[in-house]
Amino acid sequence: MGRAVELAARVRSGEVRAADVVEGYLSAIDAREAEVHAFNLVLAEAARERAAAIDAVAASGGDPGPLAGVPVALKDNLCTRGVPTTCSSKILDGWRPPYDATVVERLAAAGAVVVGKTNLDEFAMGSSTENSAFGPTRNPLDVSRVPGGSSGGSAAAVAAGFAEVSLGSDTGGSIRQPAALCGVVGVKPTYGAVSRHGLVAFASSLDQIGPFANDVADAALLLESIAGHDPGDSTSIPEAFPSLDASLTAGVEGVRIGRISDLPAGADADVEARLEAAFEALAAAGAEIVDVEVPAFTYGLTAYYLIAPAEASSNLARYDGVRFGLRVDAADTNAMYTATRSAGFGDEVQRRIMLGTYALSAGYYDAYYGKALKVRRLIADDFARAYERCDVMLTPASPSVAFPFGSKTADPFAMYLCDTYTIPSNLAGHPAMSVPFGSGADDLPVGVQVLAPALGEPVMFQVAAELERRAS
Amino acid sequence: MSKRISSDDVAKVARLARLDLGDERLEAMTSQLDDMLGHFADIDALDLDGVEPMTQPYPLVNVLRDDTVAPGLDRDEVLAAAPDPDSDRFRVPPILGLDG
Repeated sequence: MGRAVELAARVRSGEVRAADVVEGYLSAIDAREAEVHAFNLVLAEAARERAAAIDAVAASGGDPGPLAGVPVALKDNLCTRGVPTTCSSKILDGWRPPYDATVVERLAAAGAVVVGKTNLDEFAMGSSTENSAFGPTRNPLDVSRVPGGSSGGSAAAVAAGFAEVSLGSDTGGSIRQPAALCGVVGVKPTYGAVSRHGLVAFASSLDQIGPFANDVADAALLLESIAGHDPGDSTSIPEAFPSLDASLTAGVEGVRIGRISDLPAGADADVEARLEAAFEALAAAGAEIVDVEVPAFTYGLTAYYLIAPAEASSNLARYDGVRFGLRVDAADTNAMYTATRSAGFGDEVQRRIMLGTYALSAGYYDAYYGKALKVRRLIADDFARAYERCDVMLTPASPSVAFPFGSKTADPFAMYLCDTYTIPSNLAGHPAMSVPFGSGADDLPVGVQVLAPALGEPVMFQVAAELERRAS
Repeated sequence: MSKRISSDDVAKVARLARLDLGDERLEAMTSQLDDMLGHFADIDALDLDGVEPMTQPYPLVNVLRDDTVAPGLDRDEVLAAAPDPDSDRFRVPPILGLDG
């Protein structure tokens, strides 16, 4: 049974008080937050009030929900009504959204207790959380190293015990890579499985919200709590999200695990060794290992770094100093737009806006954006062919274990390479998750990525649960 | 350096994106974008003739819902988040007349 699952059961039965649970996590935050900096904002008082309300429901014989009293941290690009939502950008510093994201409403309905808003690379653009306007988050397992990104604060919050579970967003690996680097479970669901209503948009055809947790069962519970159709998101899948309950104990007898024979090189030897061990463990558990080819996988990086900035350049046009956030005054409106955006956006965000605007501009559209959309189709087609022969595929989640601060900041492209193995799932719209599977160099955790076809979460969790059982 | 993009191109794109890079950052940005476009040339080798562009992973068209009356966002709450609200409006600097 998952830790959060068990915790909620105890709060629901009245055996444990949510107020005491929350106090324990707030103490953990007090003890180490100054060192880790997982949060942009800790919501201690709101969490205490919420916990008391949940205890009152349980005491009066009501059911406070499947996540009753479970402390959760939210990536600070998820809108929370009346509570600052910054995207770790100066351009939104101090902004208070007038509504809650759908996932925030659903967590509240399930009885979860929000303990804070977590740090991220500005507008979720980055792989180390070094691009935050409010300073980096440090990896709780080794504070001289990055937690990964862009959801580095959400991954660190769970790894440090500041929250039992958390939510992040994943546009090109921003949940799976930090999960791998912090030694926790991280899931990017099928595109459309979780409503994006109230997620501040980065690249709308790629963004998906998903859970971080200490174990696979908790990740499943959290995902089931937030998934499902929402009229507030026109890309939300109308069909009911499949149950993951049976997956957790089903085992992998007869499941076909794809090994991508033409996977791009670049993973460190310690990571490769853990991936190999994962194949062996699954084979020992009765799974069938199948060689598959995904030739277009290697072009994912290029397609992504044209498509995502193109969509971002359009989505971020709304930050113009008129309706919300920062304004830098100037003599006329056009000059005010430029002054506001130049002062409000950090370097990496400006770089991606530039790249995207260029890829979409007259004369270059066909050569860059148009071509990238065709490569995206090749990747989806190659995946479809591979899934005729296997049920899931395994790759590394990250090419390396957690790396030291500053080691990739001088060359933007070196940072982009962190996303090599995670990007193709976003382009295809498929689910994928990172599961801790032992450790690599310097005793730091390695995450194995399980990839599945659209709405293949049940078999993906089946394999993830088996990996978890065989990790120790 | 192979010149895939010139500093004039970058200055023009910055104007389109409403960003003021300044001279020093303009040069750095030009060289970084040029470097990236060099990496991105890997897809030039692919034969993409006849491949249908893919804009969305899960194509849904004509998403319809019942026309139910529901409250919109609270106007005061929305305006309170603006940098310069003026009664029920967003105030901005002059749009016309300064430099044509």
